[in-house]
Amino acid sequence: MADYSWPEAERRAQIGARPARLDGPVKSTGFAKYPSDQNPQGLLAAKILTCPHAHARIVGIDTSAAEAMPGVRVVHVIQGEGAEIQWAGDEVAAVAAATEEVARDALRAIRVDYEVLPHFVTEADRDGAPDARPAGERTEGDPDAAFATAHRTVERTLGMPQMAHMCLEPHGQVCSWDGDELEVHASTQAVSTLGGQFATELGVPASQVRIRTEYMGGGFGSKFSPDRWGIVGAELARKAGAPVKLFLERDQEVTVAGSRPSAFARIRASADEQGRLVAWDSDSWGSGGLPGTGQTPLPYVFSRLPNRRTRHTSVPTNLAGSRAWRAPNHPQACFLTMSVLDDLADELGLDPIDFLERNLDLTGRADTYREQFAIAAEMASWKERWQPRDRTREGAVHRGLGVSVHTWGGRGHSSNCDVTVHPDGAVEARIGSQDIGTGTRTIVAQVLAETFGLELHQVRVSLGDNVYPQSGPSGGSSTVGGVTASTRRAAQDALREVLVLVAPRLEAEPEQLVAGGGRVFVEGDSSRGMSWREAAAQIGGAPISVQGRNPGPGRLISSGVGGVQIAEVEVDIETGVVQVERMIAVQDCGLIINRRLAESQVYGGLIMGVGYALYEEWIPDPVSGRLLNADMEFYKLAGLVDVGSLEVHMMTGPGYDERGVIGLGEPPVISPGAAISNAVANAIGVRVPYLPLTPDRVLDALAGRGGPA
Amino acid sequence: MTDDAKRSGLSRRSFLRGGAAGALSGGLAAGLLTEEAAGAAAAADTDAPETVGPGPVEIELEVNGVTRRLAVEPRVTLLDGLRDRLDVTGPKRVCDRGTCGACTVLEDGRPIYACSRLMIESAGRSVTTVEGLGSPDAMHDVQRAFVENDAQQCGYCTPGFVVATAALLARHPAPSEQEIEAGLGGNLCRCGTYKGIRAVVEGAGGGGVSGG
Repeated sequence: MADYSWPEAERRAQIGARPARLDGPVKSTGFAKYPSDQNPQGLLAAKILTCPHAHARIVGIDTSAAEAMPGVRVVHVIQGEGAEIQWAGDEVAAVAAATEEVARDALRAIRVDYEVLPHFVTEADRDGAPDARPAGERTEGDPDAAFATAHRTVERTLGMPQMAHMCLEPHGQVCSWDGDELEVHASTQAVSTLGGQFATELGVPASQVRIRTEYMGGGFGSKFSPDRWGIVGAELARKAGAPVKLFLERDQEVTVAGSRPSAFARIRASADEQGRLVAWDSDSWGSGGLPGTGQTPLPYVFSRLPNRRTRHTSVPTNLAGSRAWRAPNHPQACFLTMSVLDDLADELGLDPIDFLERNLDLTGRADTYREQFAIAAEMASWKERWQPRDRTREGAVHRGLGVSVHTWGGRGHSSNCDVTVHPDGAVEARIGSQDIGTGTRTIVAQVLAETFGLELHQVRVSLGDNVYPQSGPSGGSSTVGGVTASTRRAAQDALREVLVLVAPRLEAEPEQLVAGGGRVFVEGDSSRGMSWREAAAQIGGAPISVQGRNPGPGRLISSGVGGVQIAEVEVDIETGVVQVERMIAVQDCGLIINRRLAESQVYGGLIMGVGYALYEEWIPDPVSGRLLNADMEFYKLAGLVDVGSLEVHMMTGPGYDERGVIGLGEPPVISPGAAISNAVANAIGVRVPYLPLTPDRVLDALAGRGGPA
Repeated sequence: MTDDAKRSGLSRRSFLRGGAAGALSGGLAAGLLTEEAAGAAAAADTDAPETVGPGPVEIELEVNGVTRRLAVEPRVTLLDGLRDRLDVTGPKRVCDRGTCGACTVLEDGRPIYACSRLMIESAGRSVTTVEGLGSPDAMHDVQRAFVENDAQQCGYCTPGFVVATAALLARHPAPSEQEIEAGLGGNLCRCGTYKGIRAVVEGAGGGGVSGG
C-alpha cells in the first residue's frame, strides 16, 4: 500500500499556492450556466401559491379558473381541503404554465378559503409562548455555592433573532423527464445524495434520477434536500410532459427556504479575585420555527468552566423550520458567552484578552488561543489602542475594540474520487461533489496537478453530477478534507501504476521515481527521466482508472481548530449608528491547499458576520404572523462600504501543515457577532443586549432601557 | 416628447395612462415598432387612448451587439425578457425589485437594474449584459480583475457587480470613496466577496483595469 501523504513543503508546487479559481472566467463573464439559467427546449415556468396565514386550516380550494386559463398546463394541489397550515409561506398549490407571467396570473385565480387559527411568532417572549417546552438541564459541580463566594458576578439577558440564509440563487430546480428517467438541474449542496431523495418521493429507482449542479448560487447550509418544491417541480414536469423550471420568488426564499435559529439567554457568570471563572448559570431559549430548537453549546469554548448549570427551553413558533446555517449553533453560543465574559472582564477591571488568557485552561486548545491572541493583539495594536469602557468620554463618535474566540471541527466527509490517466497523458478526476463557491473544483485540480507534477491547465476536474462517484454534501466545512483526501489517494495510486510501467525503461525501481515539472524521473538524478506524456504512453491502449476514498489510510486530514477575532468600531451615540472600522481574523486551519481561496473564505465569514451583527434579522409581525421583511430592501445585507478594513492571518506553514487539511468554511463566521458587540460595549460603556446592533437598540442601551429584542 | 421616449416609442406617461396619439406614431416613425404592430394600432379606434398591450408587443432592441426582435407583453421586465425569452442568463434575478443589483446591465452605456425596467422600454436601445463585455477566452479587464482578485465565490452576484464596476470605472477611472459608494452601493453579495471587489476597484487606477 502506498504511503498516502502530502508532499514535504519544499516539494510542493501547487499545494499552498495561490492559483485563481478555475471557474473564475466563466463566472465573471456570465457564461456559467447555473441551475436557474437552464432553458431547455419546451420549458414551462412553475410558481407556487403559498398560505398567507401563520396558522390556518384549508376549508376549500378551487383551481378551476386557473386550469381554464390559456397557457396553463398543470395545476397541482399540494395541500388540499382539511390541511392544517402551520406557517405563512407554506405551499398550497402549484402551477406550470407557458410563461412566468401566466403562471403568476394562474396563482391569483386559485381561490383558497381558510379558517384562520391562532398563531405565535415572537419567541423572544418566552413567557407568552403557548408551546414552550423544557429541552435539557444539566449541572456540573456546585454553581450555587460558587456564586455565593465569588468575587465578581455579572448577570445579563441577551439574544439574537432568527435570520435568513438569503441565498442569492433561490432554492429550486429544472426537472426534465425522458420516459421514466428524471434529470434535475438543482441548486444544491448535495449532488450525490439528492437523487435518492427525489427517487424515494417520486417512486422511481434512484438509478433513474440524474442530478446536475455545475454551478450554484449559494447555500450556506440551506440546500441539502429536494424540498417540497423539488418534488412538486418533478410532478409538474411529469404531468405536463415537458421540462419545468421552479425557483422560489424572493419573498418565498426569505420566508421558507432557510433561517438560523434564534438564541436568547439569561446568564450569570462569576470570577474569583484572580480573574478565574468559577461559576456559570444559563437559562436559554430560542426558536427555529415550528420545530423549536435545541440547546446551543454553553458556555462556549470555555466549556470546562467548573460549577455550571445550563437549562434550555425550546420555543416552537408558527414560522417555517430553520435550517443549518453556516456553523450551526456556534455564532449564537459565541455571542452569548463572549458578551458575558467581556462584561465580567470589565467588572473585574481587566483587559478582556488578559481575562480570557487567565482562563484558557478551561478551553480545549489553550496553546492555539494564546498564540492567536498574541498575533491578533499585535495586528490590532491592542495594547496601544484598547482602553477600558468609559461613559464619560466626550464627543458624539466613540471608538471601541472587542475580541472573541471560536472553535470548529471541520473533518473531511465521506468521498470517492475516480482518477483516470489516459495514454496521451491527459489526467482527470471525476467526483460527485459540488462547488458551492468555496473553490472545490480548483482544489481538486491542485491536488491532481501536484501529484502528477503537472500544471493546473493540464488536468481536468468533473464534478456537480451524481453519475460521478459519491462524495458527501458540502456542510460543516467537511468538503475540503473529504475531496482532497479521496483525490490524493486515487492520484497517488494511479501515479504508482504509471511508475511501475515506466520503471523498467529508466532502469529503476518504481519507488525511486517521482513526478514533477511535467516529467517522471529518478529521484536525485533528473537526467534519468522522461516527459509525462512519454511516461503515460507506457500505459498502452486503455487508460488507467483508480478510485480513491475518504476515510482511508494515511494522515491527510484532521479536525479541530481555534480562531480569534478583533473588531474595531465607531459608534455615534447621538444616532446610534455603528460603523465597523476594522476586523482582524487569526485562523488556525491546518494545511491550506489554496491560500487565495482560503483567505476568501475568511473574508467572506467576516463580511457575513458584519451583516448579522449590524443588520440582519427576520422581523415577524405578531399580528399577521408574516415576515415584515421578506425581501432585500428591509432585510439588510452588508454592502461593500459597510464592512471596514478586513485583515486575515492564517496560521499555516511548518508546525501547522502537519495536521493535514481541515475545513474552513464555518469558523470565521462564528466570532464577528461577539467581537463587534464587545467593541460596541467598549465604545459606549454599556452592553447592547441584542443583535443586530441597530440604532434603536444602541440608543435604548445608552438610555438604560433594556428595550425589546 | 423626450428623446428617450422618441427612441423607445413609448413615453412613460402614454404607457401608463394612455395619452396623445403621437406617442405611438412617434415610435412607428422611428421604425422601432414593427409593421405588424403598426397595422394593429392603425386598425384600432383612433379616438381611444393610445395604449399597447396587454398582449404581446413586437419590439426590436440590440442585445450584446446583436439585433433581436421579439413579441413581449408590456409587463415583462427587461430582466425576464433577457433570461426567459432570449436565453441571455448572465444577469441574475435575485431580489427582483431594484435592491441587489444582480441584474445590472448597460442600456446605451448606462448601468440600470434590468428587473426594474420593462422590456418594451428598452425597445430601440442597446443593452449590454455581462456576456457582452467579454468572454472566458477574451475577458474584459474588469472581468479579468475579478478573477485575479478572487472577487467572486458562488458567482451569482458577479455578473451585476462586473457590469456595475465596468460602468463605474468607465466614468471614474480612479474612483473616490464616494464614487465607489455611489457606483457599487447598489449591488449586494452574500458570500462576502467585497474585499476582492474593492481590490478590483482600487487597483483600477494603476492596475490596468479600465471600464471601457
